[in-house]
Amino acid sequence: MSSTNQSGRIVRVAAGQGFWGDWLEAPRRQAEGGQIDYLMLDYLAEVTMSILQKQKERDPKMGYARDFIGAVESIWPAIAERGVRVIANAGGVNPPACAEAVRQSAERAGVSKSVRIGVVTGDDLLPRLDELIAGGHALANMETGEPLSTVRDRVLSANAYIGSTPIVEALSQKANIVITGRSTDTALTMAPLRFEFGWGAEDWDRLAAGIIAGHIIECGAQCSGGNCLYDWQNIPDLANVGYPIVEGSADGTFVVAKHPNTGGRISIRSVTEQLVYEMGDPHSYITPDVVADFTTIHLEDAGENRVRVFGIKGRPPTDKLKVSIAYRAGFKAVGTLVYSWPDALPKAQLADRVLRERLDNLGLRFDKVLSEFVGASATHGPLAGDPGDPPEVQLRFGVRGEDKAAVERFTREIAPLVLNGPPSVTGFAGGRPKVEEIVAYWPALVDKRVVQTRVEVLG
Amino acid sequence: MKVRLLDIAHARSGDKGDTANVGLIAIEPVWYPVLERYVTRERVAAHFHGIIDGPVERYELPNLKALNFLLHGALDGGGTLSLKTDAQGKVFSTAMLRMVLDIPEDEAKALKLPGSKQWPSYQRSPKE
Repeated sequence: MSSTNQSGRIVRVAAGQGFWGDWLEAPRRQAEGGQIDYLMLDYLAEVTMSILQKQKERDPKMGYARDFIGAVESIWPAIAERGVRVIANAGGVNPPACAEAVRQSAERAGVSKSVRIGVVTGDDLLPRLDELIAGGHALANMETGEPLSTVRDRVLSANAYIGSTPIVEALSQKANIVITGRSTDTALTMAPLRFEFGWGAEDWDRLAAGIIAGHIIECGAQCSGGNCLYDWQNIPDLANVGYPIVEGSADGTFVVAKHPNTGGRISIRSVTEQLVYEMGDPHSYITPDVVADFTTIHLEDAGENRVRVFGIKGRPPTDKLKVSIAYRAGFKAVGTLVYSWPDALPKAQLADRVLRERLDNLGLRFDKVLSEFVGASATHGPLAGDPGDPPEVQLRFGVRGEDKAAVERFTREIAPLVLNGPPSVTGFAGGRPKVEEIVAYWPALVDKRVVQTRVEVLG
Repeated sequence: MKVRLLDIAHARSGDKGDTANVGLIAIEPVWYPVLERYVTRERVAAHFHGIIDGPVERYELPNLKALNFLLHGALDGGGTLSLKTDAQGKVFSTAMLRMVLDIPEDEAKALKLPGSKQWPSYQRSPKE
């Protein structure tokens, strides 16, 4: 496919989930609300893989984002009759099991003859960790520099972030549903554009454009009016917010749009808010496929709820892949109590002092104790200034440590304060705080050549 | 003239580990140079003094009329380790917008900056 034959052709990639837990209505609304070519569903956040790994340990048929099966079930006619293709990193730590569940759903819906399911694997490094460490791959923490060996026995999952190439391969083998594990969020959008327009693996500017298209829509409605601070009071009909759609062109330019008759708002300002979300060094947005330069992005108003994006530059990627590692890192619990007017804040502050003294008297030791006063200073600290005498203040008290028994003992010290602490206290109906095992994130780098992805297309 | 950031900029924040990022965007493109000149790395470090443990980095995106700040050591370890309500740094954006800038009258008038003398100065210094 050469770009000259492609001029004027538009490929529409619609976002249907921005994380596991996003709006269940969105995939169906995207598939039915107007014309799209691809539906892109992003399910994985930093610690999602470890949750899925725990589920897989309990049941080897689990370990993927089960919401995805419901999403596919709600749009079989679009997939089987209208040719909408679906790309999702719903496979989690078990893409083959996810594919099998999708295959069974297709059978139940009577569409299995017209559905081909592509499965991308090879990102899971957990079974190879010892071999990699022995081979000199330190998998050092990108933030602290510590080698992975310091927490090796507590590692729950380890997955390399993989790029667009295996997804493009699955599409070229005529898969109408592509399921990956830890693909980068952005590759899910870039891959179909690269496939449709035949962009080369070294077409840096266009690959970077596809990545930035992915960044804009990977958080779903967060670029189309959701969580938008600018003029939030006047953003229309958030109840029916339209999720974003990238209308891509062969030259790498694209328009961010949404279906007609949907709520929300797409504007230069809403798209800019999403562009700066979770941004690091804007000159170097590093992905497995390309390094994109956010300082080259240009935005232009292209009509109501339409923003044109152009000018994007990219350069060759590094020889490393980022690895998402999750490990057990102790325990935590957070308890809350609500104090009411008058003097809600001083009452909550007294309760905080009493609680700290009691924990000390019990000889309990924690790595961290944090108290916050919700309604006065919890999110903005001293910047919030004097709260006056608010109607209520919530004391939010958390502890963290390696000693599970100490964290458990702490959870028994909240309720007594209702009767033996400061007055005008309520809001304890939730009961004793829950002790949570902390699964923490360990970002690392690994040489690209040690990760081999595999593509299988079923059906 | 005192100008509150909330009146001339909008923002979104998020996390990467223990670092919060705040993207600060000029509401009117012609106001971007005000952000570039007055919302310095040092000014932001003083603003968040006592709230974050680490250094501040600043990047400029004149193409988007935006600055990007990285606030290190902002999230009590970040992600699942953090005990904070705002463990993912989602509202560092609005904390940033509390900042009040002192802009020379003629410059503020020329740019039609919305100002008011009613804002208390949030010129926080590391001595506080």
